[in-house]
Amino acid sequence: MKITVNIDGVRYEDDVEPRLLLVHYLRERAGRTGTPIGCDTTNCGACTVLMNGVSVKSCSVLTVQADGAEITTIQGLADGELHPLQRAFHEEHALQCGYCTPGMIMAAVDLLRDNPHPTEEQVRDGLEGNLCRCTGYQNIVRAVMRAAGDGEHAQAATGERAGVSA
Amino acid sequence: MTTIVEHEVGKARTRKEDARLITGQTNWTDNITLPGQAHVAFLRSPYAHARITSVDVSAARQASGVIAAFSGADFAGEQGSLPCAWPVTEDIVMPDHPPMAVDTVRYAGEIVAAVVARDRYAAADALESIDVSYEPLEPVLDMEAALEPGSPKVHEAGNKSFTWTFANGDLEAAFRDAPVVLERTYRQQRLIPSAMEPRAVVCAPVGDEYTMWSATQIPHVLRVMLAVVTGIGEQNLRVIAPDVGGGFGSKLQVTAEEVLALLLARKLGRPVKWTESRSEGNVAVHHGRDQIQRIRVAASADGQLRGLDVDLLADMGAYLMLVTPGIPLLGAFMYNAIYKMDAYRFNCTGVFTTKTPTDAYRGAGRPEATFAIERIMDDLAAHLGVDPLELRERNWIRHEEFPYTTIAGLTYDSGNYEAATAQARSLFHYDDLRKEQSERNAAGSPVRLGIGVSTYTEMCGLAPSRILGSLAYGAGGWEHASVRVLPTGKVEVVTGSSAHGQGHETAWSQIVADELGVPFEDVRVLHGDTQVSPKGMDTYGSRSLTVGGTAVVKACGKVREKARAVAAAMLEVSPDDLEWADGRWSVRGDPEQGKTIGEIAFATFAAHNMPEGMEPSLDSDATYDPDNFSFPHGTHLCAAEVDTETGAVKIRSYVAVDDVGVVVNPLIVDGQVHGGIAQGIGQALYEEAAYDSSGNLVTATLADYLIPSAADLPAFTIARTTTPSTGNPLGVKGVGEAGTIASTPAVVNAIVDALRPLGVSDVPMPCTPQRVWRAIQEASPASGPASGPASGSEGAAR
Repeated sequence: MKITVNIDGVRYEDDVEPRLLLVHYLRERAGRTGTPIGCDTTNCGACTVLMNGVSVKSCSVLTVQADGAEITTIQGLADGELHPLQRAFHEEHALQCGYCTPGMIMAAVDLLRDNPHPTEEQVRDGLEGNLCRCTGYQNIVRAVMRAAGDGEHAQAATGERAGVSA
Repeated sequence: MTTIVEHEVGKARTRKEDARLITGQTNWTDNITLPGQAHVAFLRSPYAHARITSVDVSAARQASGVIAAFSGADFAGEQGSLPCAWPVTEDIVMPDHPPMAVDTVRYAGEIVAAVVARDRYAAADALESIDVSYEPLEPVLDMEAALEPGSPKVHEAGNKSFTWTFANGDLEAAFRDAPVVLERTYRQQRLIPSAMEPRAVVCAPVGDEYTMWSATQIPHVLRVMLAVVTGIGEQNLRVIAPDVGGGFGSKLQVTAEEVLALLLARKLGRPVKWTESRSEGNVAVHHGRDQIQRIRVAASADGQLRGLDVDLLADMGAYLMLVTPGIPLLGAFMYNAIYKMDAYRFNCTGVFTTKTPTDAYRGAGRPEATFAIERIMDDLAAHLGVDPLELRERNWIRHEEFPYTTIAGLTYDSGNYEAATAQARSLFHYDDLRKEQSERNAAGSPVRLGIGVSTYTEMCGLAPSRILGSLAYGAGGWEHASVRVLPTGKVEVVTGSSAHGQGHETAWSQIVADELGVPFEDVRVLHGDTQVSPKGMDTYGSRSLTVGGTAVVKACGKVREKARAVAAAMLEVSPDDLEWADGRWSVRGDPEQGKTIGEIAFATFAAHNMPEGMEPSLDSDATYDPDNFSFPHGTHLCAAEVDTETGAVKIRSYVAVDDVGVVVNPLIVDGQVHGGIAQGIGQALYEEAAYDSSGNLVTATLADYLIPSAADLPAFTIARTTTPSTGNPLGVKGVGEAGTIASTPAVVNAIVDALRPLGVSDVPMPCTPQRVWRAIQEASPASGPASGPASGSEGAAR
């Protein structure tokens, strides 16, 4: 099937099998290997990307469903400088092996778009669909809280991105 | 010139690794695509135990996009046997373990055929057209039943692999006339390590050389073992562990998929790639733990331990993998923990079952030991009516008694259990919580409060080679490092310790910055490629910093000594007149006169004025083999609220005070502790690899095998005491496994402590609401502490 999809600001026109998963399209056809695969049952969230500004697990989206969509992956998040969440993950040591990190950051982008000033509990609940085996989540929660509290810049960046891609 | 040089060691440096990890530039094995690369898919046995009567791959060979398809018989002559490097006894049964099954399958998930195709979809499709005929055999699923005469046999030689025993002191005397004897049986459930990155392998043949990229913890060990198994010359094998997404022991392995990828690449003469799915990984990656622990303690009336008797059954699964038999034995030296006693006996029988093989999982033997001793110490305290912290204090090795040789024969070099416990007690508000607990108990509250104690130690820094040799392990425990000072004064450090999330690039840079007086930013750490880092023993057993870090320190020391001679020539003084101060060689008494490593490096590069007989380089190599293990310790306290009506457990607060010696990077150490605690809580509350009665794993996905999410865990309060290790120049002890070792018993002790007034004395792990509720229902009505039935036989107070 023919599709047109915008990935991290680049337009792709392609012919794909209907069963091709979006995550496989991203990784193997578009070369966006920054989005990894951690499971095959949509539990881990490692493959989370933004589709039209909303987080989706790209292993549970068919590429054909993304026809006409704007996809933002971890590789398209930094706009010249790091996104406040990327910076916060680094500063709070919110990653160890880093495998869950792309999905975790993208899920957190959407979480903060929904709720710019979450409580710790809201962050924990909001990231329930993203599994990490290294950090015990403590520093991930801190990083998201830090990004949320990072003054106007964080707000602007999060809100702005949501606005652009929505 | 006087400069105040700020030490790098001890600084909370953010990590160098993060730049690529937070931007999606990471180089996972599954990201690799080589020209002409084909994809491999494996067909796996749906039976736990069956004879293979035929495998027909002819239809698969005709399928669209398929390049080749093979059965085990196609590789029978060349695939060899997967290695076990730890024959723990002379009479151990070590069955042949073909990477692809030829005539019998012994666990559901064992590989029976392989397809190589143009892409992963075509390969997966073609698996469905392979026709395998099986003659099902009876599965062997229960360790105790497996040892009964008449049990179906997993292997011709029987279901017992080995029995290994250690004894010290007069156990009979210790138990004879002991006023208190307690006996318990604990079950370490089977766990799935669940690193977030599934395994992946890429193998490329070029002429007679092979390069393998693998999501492995052990590129160096893997290279040696691939050479041994396949007969391909080691000099023609290069193994690369690119970015690796966690391991926790699961990637400390030489796998069937790695061997087969190499054989397929050789057979087809083209690069092949295999990436597992999570549900494939859950059946095929080795599992962890799975032991039945019978533990007996003898104590005096005031709770002084006299003797300890441990009898283990350890499930090997269907085959012995790389270090399978040695894992339970790493616990042999840890059951006595931080306590003094007169006698100790440890006995372990390794049992074959028709399940996925077991092997290292974070902590490897030590969490099991710590769980059993810390559980029974809490029970003993309850039995005697003594506060569990007080009971531990009566028995632990006092700070002034170090170094102390334990009943298990290890010499603990240092420790301060008093300090860690005092700090934990204070941060936890121990006395307040005890008060609240008794108030709730008195009020008959439906939600009880329990306080769990875990005062652990562990042996880290695996390992002194001579000790490994005495335990019949097939290799040494040293580590290697190289330091190269570049002409511009920048430094390349090569470490044999292969990181997969631990942050070596950052921590090693801090160490080198201090040792050579160079900026943190100027150090580049290289690892994980046998061509770049030709020597190493890799990463496991909390060994990287204590062993690998010490190798780096030694290599830096050699560079410094070389630099001294060059500096002396540059300054036209005797080397004896120089001192190393503030990160440079300067003239004693005239500190204005001095040279930095960078200046010396350029002079060495130019080589115009080298000291007589000295080669123009500022490079060095060092290999370090430790004399002893290191012994981190700590006190973890857990407060759990247990809803007696629903069985739900909520961790209300968790305090961990760890003593991991000198801390190189507190940010990294905190992260290791957080993650370790979370994994231990996973075992206590959520995780279990469960099999049905036919031997199929019913927790083959992350929907069934529950690893904790952010919403399942509390925030932890962590702190540290610092008692430097005396065994290495950095004073470090290791931290990779501490949290996991300590937290499981802390949590279960808290649950049991909450329910003891209701007559509960044990809840099997994982302590799910249903199991907690059932334990409450099965307990006898409340009649005071320590009155309930134990999971084993109740100890007799005499």
